[in-house]
Amino acid sequence: MTDPLALDPVLPPRERSEGGARRWNEDLPHDERFEHFEAHVRAGGKIEPNDWMPDEYRTAVLRFVEMHANSELMGVLPEREWIMRAPTLRRKLALTSKVQDEVGHAQLLYRVAEDLGKPREAMFDDLLAGRTKFHNVFHYPTETWADIGVIAWLVDAAAIVAQQALRDSSYGPYARTMQKICWEESVHIMHGRDVVVTLVNGTPSQRAILQDALDRWWGPLMQMHGPRSDRAKDRDLHWRIKAKTSEELRQEFLTIYVPRILELGLTIPDPALVFDKDAGEWRYTDPDWNELRTVVTNHGPKSEERLAFRRLNREATAWVRDAILAEPRAAA
Amino acid sequence: MTAANAPRPSGRLEPFEVFRQAKDGDAMRHGGNVLAPDAELALHYAREMFGRRGESVRLWVVRRADINVLEDLDLLQPPLDRSFKKPGGYVMRDKLAAARGRAGTTKPGARAVGHDRTGRSGEDGR
Repeated sequence: MTDPLALDPVLPPRERSEGGARRWNEDLPHDERFEHFEAHVRAGGKIEPNDWMPDEYRTAVLRFVEMHANSELMGVLPEREWIMRAPTLRRKLALTSKVQDEVGHAQLLYRVAEDLGKPREAMFDDLLAGRTKFHNVFHYPTETWADIGVIAWLVDAAAIVAQQALRDSSYGPYARTMQKICWEESVHIMHGRDVVVTLVNGTPSQRAILQDALDRWWGPLMQMHGPRSDRAKDRDLHWRIKAKTSEELRQEFLTIYVPRILELGLTIPDPALVFDKDAGEWRYTDPDWNELRTVVTNHGPKSEERLAFRRLNREATAWVRDAILAEPRAAA
Repeated sequence: MTAANAPRPSGRLEPFEVFRQAKDGDAMRHGGNVLAPDAELALHYAREMFGRRGESVRLWVVRRADINVLEDLDLLQPPLDRSFKKPGGYVMRDKLAAARGRAGTTKPGARAVGHDRTGRSGEDGR
């Protein structure tokens, strides 16, 4: 019999399209499959929802995306408090739109997480029972309108530094979702910066509330990306779910935003903050990591109040979900 | 809302829309369509039309009749000012110059390029 390969020469594997051959989906023993999968991801390959994936990878992506979704959902509550108190109609529209966008991000991200196998109701149960977390910055009060500017400009900026890096995530649906999210966040940052610059050009008391807001938010901002971690031990980096360490993200944030804050004549409440030219990185007072731990375990100043609001909201809207999920009534 | 009412071609053949992923991790993009009597043969045709040169790593083939379409411009492009949702709605050059004048500072250098125009308008990268 003629060898079919002799008639139709086969390219060496490296000339085949990246990801075209999902070798780990074949009928292989688990360990071998795992190795192929790992090699694919480590080489920059992407994973789609229907691909086979090791439990460790599935769990890690799910945990990461769920925390992100929770943060988008809880993150609108501090800003929501200011919709009715926005100083002009245009600011009210912009803030309403931002809140709407962030809830939309939660919807997109909960969809990504659901496809990994955890039902949305279970994610809400865990969030409201305190079994899963949301970002530290959403556990604090918003005292004045200046907080809204600082949140939309700097909290969103610190977030986008991390989110941009996620556009290269190994999990395809997450990476693609981040394209849309980053686009919308970039407008939020402009909205926030516009609020801040307007206050700077305003009255002395407007500049005073702005400086006060920056003083209160600086600590949480510096804690937001988390403590320095060991690159070699970080499983999220290993699986390329994320691309950068917490310290890399914090340095990037400082490099871009410190000059922009100082440009406005504001004072950053850290006398130790300085760019070390020789080391090529920022020096700063070590953030209060105890505060971060306290806050993200729902012991922050507003943690309980915001979770209580979510519980109330969930009960009040239960009838909508019941109506949508109800069996269709038999035709009369 | 229109596709379901579109006339079906003669015989048992019907159109299937083909979406293709050009490389690992890309979004699925519309490639074109094929006419087939059922989903199985539609997959074969799609492979012939959109996968013969190694230009795809994944194809999605969907019955056109199963696609729900929304193209009501009153809903999608309402004639209202929504500039506060777009980067063009925030022009800060003069305000920033005024703030610098007050504070006696200078414009930050190129290292401080911000995120005012990052991300993309959708999955297709435009």
